[in-house]
Amino acid sequence: MSSRSLSILVIDENRPRASIIEAGLREAGHERVTIVHDVNAIARRIADIEPDVIVIDLENPNRDMLENMFNLSRAVKRPIAMFVDRSDQAAIEAAVDAGVSAYVVDGLRQERVKPILDMAISRFNAFSRMSRELDEARSALESRKIIDKAKGILMRSRGLSEEEAYALLRRTAMNQNRKISEIAQSLVVASGLLDGGGLP
Amino acid sequence: MSATHHITAGFLPLLDSAILVAARERGFAAEEGIELALMRETSWANVRDRVAVGHFDVAHMLAPMPVAANLGLTPMRLSLVAPMSLGLGGNAVTVGNALWAGMAEAGARGIDDPASAGAALREIIAWRAGRGGERLCFAVVHPHSGHNFELRYWLAACGIDPERDVEITVVPPPLMSDALAAGRIDGFCVGEPWNSVAVAGGHGHIVTVKAAIWKNSPEKVLGVRRDWAEAHEDRLAALIRALYCAGEWCAVPENREDLAGILAGEAYLNKPVGLLLRALEGRVETGGGIAEIADFFVPAGKAATFPWQSHALWFYSQMVRWGQVPHSAENAEKARTSYRPDIYRRALAPLDRAMPSASMKVEGALTVPTPVGATAGKLVLGPDGFFDGAIFDPATLDAYIAAQAGAAAQEA
Repeated sequence: MSSRSLSILVIDENRPRASIIEAGLREAGHERVTIVHDVNAIARRIADIEPDVIVIDLENPNRDMLENMFNLSRAVKRPIAMFVDRSDQAAIEAAVDAGVSAYVVDGLRQERVKPILDMAISRFNAFSRMSRELDEARSALESRKIIDKAKGILMRSRGLSEEEAYALLRRTAMNQNRKISEIAQSLVVASGLLDGGGLP
Repeated sequence: MSATHHITAGFLPLLDSAILVAARERGFAAEEGIELALMRETSWANVRDRVAVGHFDVAHMLAPMPVAANLGLTPMRLSLVAPMSLGLGGNAVTVGNALWAGMAEAGARGIDDPASAGAALREIIAWRAGRGGERLCFAVVHPHSGHNFELRYWLAACGIDPERDVEITVVPPPLMSDALAAGRIDGFCVGEPWNSVAVAGGHGHIVTVKAAIWKNSPEKVLGVRRDWAEAHEDRLAALIRALYCAGEWCAVPENREDLAGILAGEAYLNKPVGLLLRALEGRVETGGGIAEIADFFVPAGKAATFPWQSHALWFYSQMVRWGQVPHSAENAEKARTSYRPDIYRRALAPLDRAMPSASMKVEGALTVPTPVGATAGKLVLGPDGFFDGAIFDPATLDAYIAAQAGAAAQEA
């Protein structure tokens, strides 16, 4: 373990994701990690930081600008290549699938870079999973709210108990082969129209 | 067509994605038994990477991209072929309002006169340099793009050294107008509708167009991984036929309104219909009135989709000129064979359309539309001239490259 620690630049406009990548890299013992959210005026930052490895998200429209910059000796003192190895197809695929890309300076040994790329890929994947779960949780919460509303409407208009109202919604959903939340949604909309409530 | 083939194509939101979009939306792909999925991307680097890993079977690519990949200029190893062009023209050069005011005063005339605009720009650059002002900064979309090469060609032919007298940077097309408005750049060369977006926003003025710098010149191609093209010959041939017919449809004036409407959709360019329609008609709002431009964007006719190997070689000559790659007979051959008229001819044979008999032509030889030798029926090509009257004869590539290097040495 003779060589100095690597300088790693993470370019990601998504701040929460950038933070979890940074945390992962620090946990793995990398101290020289820089996060950049805004790519304007990045040429100077790159010149200051002198990164060995650059990690960037694929959603960033500025990838072409960055690649062009890497090719200019003014901004980057050493040539920069993509990924761990130009011929490592599996690593390239995993990275593109995860939505991340990495560039490394030429001459950096593969075993030093591979763990960094793997870390970025796994954190990107974890972030996507978290976002998806969050979306699902959000939509579950929305469903529960709309069902409560529909139950309230039935209880008021038909004089049902809460259990009876829910049973009616469930039966209707089963008969129509639809979700309870969809039936509830229709009921809420219909009721709003009949009341004139919510109309302009 | 019995079997249905799935083909996934990547594209960037640009006017010249029109042929791909029309092929999907107006049934030309379906007629060839292809279910064509179109995936919008945010950068050419993403397009390249997704083609490399197989997310995309084919893609809308900058015409020099396959040449650059085969010359090893991309950061990942990738062998591409261009079996078809996706039309001619479509770009323009836009500058900020302040710079335009100076250029107009210095004698810049209409957008069909790149020489006067270049002379005016040269005067302003000299004036600024004399006062110790910062160099003007122009943006292009990619180092291996028609935009980069035509901008540099125009500047150099007007006595402006693109390496020394100005700065050339890269900005993604949708961000060009904002970069100009924010003063980060002074001008740019980009495909439509992004020039018109800047003009409509009040941020810039169109000074000239690709169709004036080099008439009927190549801009985008269908880019395909070499191994995919070899493994799916029939599928690729069917796609080429579908795209060819889509191009013919795009070229019919009566279809332009429909085409503009489709392209304006959220999944495609997501821009006002009127803006796109004007560009399709070759009527461009420069910022000082509408200019009518002959052959502004050509999706069919004039062999617009034929992958001329002389086009590949001209891009190669410019890569050499600007130091992207050293010249050698081997490199020139890699560049030439990146374009595959053989695949194009084989694919279109069943359609019995007029195709060029040759695979290369002398670029700049035709000053007016000219009938040429064709495989079937009648074919008219050109004009295909450079604005400075220069000729690119692929048979004398070495001399052309040497002459450009000599001109640069004399300048310096």
